[in-house]
Formats: sequence, C-alpha cells, structure tokens
Amino acid sequence: MSNPDTAERVHVVLNPALAFDRSPPKPEAPDEKRWSNVHAPDAMRATTASAESGRTSAHRALRIFLQNPNAMTGLIFLVLVIGAALLAPWIYPDDPLSMVARPFIWPGTNPAYPLGTDSLGRDVLSGILHGARISLLVGIVATGIGLAVGLIIGSTAGYFGGWIDDVLVKVIEIVQTLPSFILLVVIVAIAQPSVAIITGAIGIVSWPTVARLVRSEFRAIREKDYVVAARSLGYGHVRIIVREILPNALPPIIVTSSVMVATAILMESALSFMGLGDPNLVSWGSMIGDGRELLRTAWYLTAIPGFAIVFTVLALNLIGDGLNDALNPRFTDER
Amino acid sequence: MANASLLSVRDLTVKFPRIEPVRNLSFDVAEGETLAIVGESGSGKSLTALALMRLLPKTAAISSGRIDFSGRDLLKLDERSLRRLRGKEIAMIFQEPMTSLNPVLTIGRQITESLRLHEGLSARAARSRAIELLDLVRIPAPAKRIDDYPHQLSGGMRQRVMIAIAVACRPRLLIADEPTTALDVTIQAQVLDLLDRLRRELSMALILITHDLGIVTQWADNVVVMYAGRKVEQALPETLFTDPLHPYTRGLLNASPRLKDDYHYTDGPLTEIPGSIVSALGESGCPFAPRCPIVRAGCRTHVPDLLVPAADRLVACPVIFAEGERHVAARGL
Repeated sequence: MSNPDTAERVHVVLNPALAFDRSPPKPEAPDEKRWSNVHAPDAMRATTASAESGRTSAHRALRIFLQNPNAMTGLIFLVLVIGAALLAPWIYPDDPLSMVARPFIWPGTNPAYPLGTDSLGRDVLSGILHGARISLLVGIVATGIGLAVGLIIGSTAGYFGGWIDDVLVKVIEIVQTLPSFILLVVIVAIAQPSVAIITGAIGIVSWPTVARLVRSEFRAIREKDYVVAARSLGYGHVRIIVREILPNALPPIIVTSSVMVATAILMESALSFMGLGDPNLVSWGSMIGDGRELLRTAWYLTAIPGFAIVFTVLALNLIGDGLNDALNPRFTDER
Repeated sequence: MANASLLSVRDLTVKFPRIEPVRNLSFDVAEGETLAIVGESGSGKSLTALALMRLLPKTAAISSGRIDFSGRDLLKLDERSLRRLRGKEIAMIFQEPMTSLNPVLTIGRQITESLRLHEGLSARAARSRAIELLDLVRIPAPAKRIDDYPHQLSGGMRQRVMIAIAVACRPRLLIADEPTTALDVTIQAQVLDLLDRLRRELSMALILITHDLGIVTQWADNVVVMYAGRKVEQALPETLFTDPLHPYTRGLLNASPRLKDDYHYTDGPLTEIPGSIVSALGESGCPFAPRCPIVRAGCRTHVPDLLVPAADRLVACPVIFAEGERHVAARGL
C-alpha cells in the first residue's frame, strides 16, 4: 500500500509546533505535570558521567597503537621504506639495471656508491631503492586483491550460511589444499612473468585465508541482536553486510592484512630469487638471486637486499602486532 | 474508525522441526490500542512477535494461519514488500538494549539509516530529524548526544535510543518485546510511560510483550495470556485482575505480590505453580493439564475450546464452568 498521507506525516513531524512536546525536561515547570514521572534521572546522570570519556573507540585504538614502542619502530621503518620507494626516481633517475662503474666495489669504499656495485658494475643502493618500489607495490596491490576476493566470498558464505556456505567453503578448502607457493610458481610459469601477473597471482593464492577469517567473523556477528534489529528495520542483505556487520568484523581483518603485505613481499622475493620475476625490473629477490653464486667472495650482494626484506617484513609484523593489541575485541570494552 | 482492526492474527501456528511453540493463536489489535501478551518464559511470546515481523529463525516456519495487517496478508508478501513494511509500518523494540545497538556506529548513524532508507531523506534532513527524535524520547542535549557511541550511554538511555529508532518512520504498529526486562525498576516505569505517550502522539498501536503482570494493569487496553504457545485467556486488564478465570491466570496472580492488597512477605508465602512449562510441550490435551490444580480426565485428551463467558472475554477452560463456580458458559465463537 503506497501511503498517500506520507508527505503529510513527515510534515507533521518536521513542524516543531505540532505533534511533539519538544521542550527539554524541566521537572519544576507546571506545564510538565502531564509527564511528571518522566525526568530521566539516568539520562541526567549519564550526561556528565560519560562526557569526559567521550572519545570514540577509534581514537582510543590509535592512542594504544601510538604508545606501543614495537609498533612505532615498525611504523618508522616502514615510513622510511615508503619514502625510499617514492624518492627513488629522483635520487637515481637512471635505470638501476645499467652498468655505472667497475664491478665489485665493496660498500663504504667509494663515496659515489655507498653500498658498492655488483658483478656487472650496477649500483646496489640504486637497486635497493628501486627494489623497494616493486616490493611495496606487489605487497600492497596483491593484498588488496586478496582482501577483495576474500571479503566477498567470506562475507557471502558467513552471512547467508546454508548451501551457499557449503559450496563456498568447499571452494576455499580446495584452493587451500594446493600448496600456495607451488600454485604461484605454476601460474607465473604459464603466464608471462610481469609485475601485473605476479601481483595478481599472489592475490589469488592469498584470498582463502581472508575468506576463512571473514566467514567466521560474519557467522558470529550475524547472530547478534543488532543484526536482528537491523532486519526488523527492513534493511536489505547488502546493507546489513556492508553497513552493520563489516565494521564490526574489521579489526581482525586489518591485523591480518598487515601480515599479508609481508607475506606477499616474501613471495615476490622468492619468485624473483628463482628467476621467475619480471626480468626488466630490479627487485630485492632478484638481487639476492644474482648474488647467490658470489656468496663466498662478495657476500654483501646477498646480505644487503636480504636485510632490506627482513626489516621490511619485520616492520609489517610489528605493525600487525600493534594493531592487534589496539583493535583486538578482548581488549576493547563493550563489544 | 476508532476501533478498526489494524492487525488480525488467526490460527497462527509456528513450527520447528520437532515442536510447535505457537499453536492456533488468534488475536486482534485495533488502531491505537495497546495489547499486552503475557506469559512465562517459553510460552511463545517472542516467537509470536518475530512471526508478525516474518523474522523467524531459519529452522522455524509458519505452518498455518493468517496475519492480516491493514488489509494485507503478511504471509503472502514477498521479501521486498516485507522489507518495505518492516521499520516503516511495523517496528520492533528488543529486550536487550545493551546488545541491540550496533557498537561501532554512532546512535545518530543508526537512527538516520532507517530514515534515509524508508523516507528518502537527505543526510541533513535525517540528522535534524534524528535530533528531534532523541529529544522526543527525552534524551538531554540531543544535538551533542547524537554523535555518541552506544557504550557511552546507560541502559535506560540505550533503550530510549532503541525506541527512537523504532518510531523514526512513524510506524502504525510497534511491537515491544519485554522492553523493560533488562532495565532497573526505577527506569522501567519511565520507559513504559514514554512508550505510552508515543503511542498516543504518533497514533500507533502497541503490542507489549511481557511476563510482568504489574505492567499490564497500568498500560494495556487488552490482555492475552499465553501458555505453551496457546492463548488461555483474554480479558480487559481490570477484569483479569479482579476476576481471573483460567487456573493458569489465577496461579500467576497468586504467584505475584500485588501492591493494592498491601501484601507483605510476613502475611504468608506466595503460592507457586508446581512443575514447569517444559513439561507441557508435546502433550495432546490442554497444555496446562500437567500443572493444573482442577484437572479432569477429559483435559488430557481434548484441547479445550475458547469459551466466551462475557463480552471482551475469552477463556480456554471448560472445567471452571462445569464446577458451577462463577459463570455460565456460552459456547463457541
């Protein structure tokens, strides 16, 4: 039934002179006699009590995160890596794969090449800075792809349940039974080893983790009273999934995604080390791969990009731990 | 059309795979009326409420009956039309204000969401309307409070917010499922007064589901007493208290202290109803028979019909008339 009087009803509510008694509760006022029993003492009390603690939970989480020394160390290092990646084209505008000097200059011996040169006379520092671009790009984009696929599949399975859940869980399990790195190698070996393919392939092998996590969160949250309440207000499935459940499921997803970036960086490095990386771009993994035959004579060629990977992954894991402490529901009141 | 029936429920049966928690339930709610549904835990009150919203859990189904809401058969509506109905024309308030609000959204977001969905208001209009609504449910400084998260509010305040969300689109029927059970006694009366005032100002009908008989006398126009999924008695609140007919209703009244009797615990013990409601599920005869003090042989084999001893009065017990106790039975409807 379309309500012919809808417009009128809205008008009545919006007109303050009509319908509602909108004056604030004043217990002693004589015209308030009619509702003399509605003084809302609980309301009065609450105004002052929780006004000071009126910080949002997001602010609280941020404060906890910023007071965590481990997380801050990780964050500072990650900012340095991001800065290096962003500034690389300005500091070293030339191709990092081009020969610039005599080979095997050891680090610290020539001020023009602070980290030395490799067996072909390529600048190691230039390679590290340009490699940071590839590592971060692959890590972040692959995580984004994994998150997107995992969120869609996991939330659908967890929210609807029933046969949809059965089918999707089977799909997740099938993908998970394949060893992810071997699947990755196969995908990259079949397709061309370009950055786009590698990134997509890492995203494809990493979504099942997210899907499982999201599914279990959704299964728990869809039983909550506020989801039933949302349904009783006539909200559709998509609205409930995106606006009601997803914000409550976010903390563990954020924590996982920081670790996923680290894993993706490791996967890309491993691929490049095996020579399956993009041959036209320098990455930390390919630098280690190039240097591994010279491990006994020029160990710095593997050690320097190795440290770059170790510290970047460590930084991301520290950030993940810090986020976990700040966002974990067990430490957050009233969830 | 003051007394036109807004909601009419006929022979509603809710079925789980193995049990039927609501059986052949019928009642009417007139426009602007408050109907109280009373019963102990497990009597099927809350399932009835969910059935009216068509929000039963997946394992449950409405196996028979009709639910007519202002001329539409709710059981024949598709999911789309149901969604348009929920929140807009029939709204519901839940028992637990602590868990019925989404903890990560501000109360303003939660109120405006339904306004924007059902009334198509802009963000600005919805926000100013939400402030009006918070004021309407007597939340002080609503313009500041609107950006609070639920955990910053007390239980009574949260229930007020729940009410504000429920009445946001001016529904014609509000179902309140034990709205005060989780609240302090001092807050209970305030919340019920608020509901009653809103019912009159917004000309809604109200279904008040409760196990608290004290609430019924003060706020209801009509009372349905449920036991094990069946309606055992229906009466106006005054008659129900002065002259209860069904043995279950009498047991309930004897089991609760009544203020007007000036009852004190030293006056003697309150009587309990022996047994529990679980023992009644799956019985073939009168659901109350296992606990009934005046049970007869026939009670265990036949489900008693609803009898009409007086106008506005229904009772499902033939024994009280057979005893010649109070009334002359007029059989059937």
